[in-house]
Amino acid sequence: MLLLLLGIIFLHLAALVLLFVSTIVSAWTTGESTTSDLWTNCTTSGCITASTGEWIQSVQAVMILSIIFSCLSLFLFFCQLFTLQKGGRFFLTGTFQILASLFVMSGAIIYTVMSPEWVPEGNSFGYSYILAWVAFPLALISGLIYVILRKRE
Amino acid sequence: MLTFLALTSVALLGIVPEQSQAIAIYTGWERHALVGSDIRLSCSFFSWRWTSEDVTFSWTYRPDGSRDSISIFHYTGGAAYVDNKGPFRDRLEFVGNPGRRDGSILLKNLELNDNGTFTCDAKNPPDIVGRPSSVRLLVFEKVPIQAGVITGAIIGVVLGLLVLIVVIYYLMRFLVARRVFSLSVSKHGKKKKEGSQQRQGPVPPADPSKVKAATSEKKKQESRKDKK
Repeated sequence: MLLLLLGIIFLHLAALVLLFVSTIVSAWTTGESTTSDLWTNCTTSGCITASTGEWIQSVQAVMILSIIFSCLSLFLFFCQLFTLQKGGRFFLTGTFQILASLFVMSGAIIYTVMSPEWVPEGNSFGYSYILAWVAFPLALISGLIYVILRKRE
Repeated sequence: MLTFLALTSVALLGIVPEQSQAIAIYTGWERHALVGSDIRLSCSFFSWRWTSEDVTFSWTYRPDGSRDSISIFHYTGGAAYVDNKGPFRDRLEFVGNPGRRDGSILLKNLELNDNGTFTCDAKNPPDIVGRPSSVRLLVFEKVPIQAGVITGAIIGVVLGLLVLIVVIYYLMRFLVARRVFSLSVSKHGKKKKEGSQQRQGPVPPADPSKVKAATSEKKKQESRKDKK
């Protein structure tokens, strides 16, 4: 029982950490000398803030929202752990986690679709971008587990 | 706008000692405009002396990337002289009021080459010592959105919706519980007055969970008595 609890919490925290790293670290696209991400474009000479288009701002917003929702679901999980009746399901926690995964998915999709505009030819996607895509199924699975799980003693 | 500037400058200069009286010239800091539109560049000054008849305004323009400035406007002796040979010929108009210390000019039909720094210099004899003030003009093809506006908007809307849903949910629960409570009270009020007084005492109908517990207890009691 304790093992199950620890496993679930570990999964949730892993998804959360991936979300944080993906949003903060500047490596959505990398080239030989440039890296660019949601917030800045960096070359070997220096960093400038990213272009202020509408779509990149929406990607920023959606990634931040997914982090907020994932943190909220973790907090709600601990609340529900102590207040839920026996046999009840962690619906609220699961909803928030699934919403967070949907936000990450839409952010990654928007970035992929708009990348021909922002990413010059020859640059490949960096590891932050890949982490965003990995965080999406992790968060989704975690949310589904919460919805299915029933509280035991 | 001008009176506000004048008042603040009076307040500031009140602290400054008398020797450093000088004419203070005010323009904007930066102006943004779209290609093809008109823009008014304002220039006004503050001086301790009355506005003299020999007040002069002059505007000079320095294109972005160039080190030379050319003079594009001069007002002196009651007459305004606009640019008739330079980059702003036929596009410049004087819209100021020298009597009110306003030396603003109007640039019409802006082009992308008009990016640059415009400097206004005003003199109010005998008050002629002053530093000219510059305003930077930026011409855009389309209006750029400031960084973070859309981000903040999306985050705000979603979180606002979340809070709204939570509030509505609790409000519905509270209203429904209150309604059930008031219905049950009106039904069994007379018969079970003593029983309810024992159980409840002073009842502020504020806590929906307690109200729910009370109504469920009443229902249990009623079903027990019905069975008997």
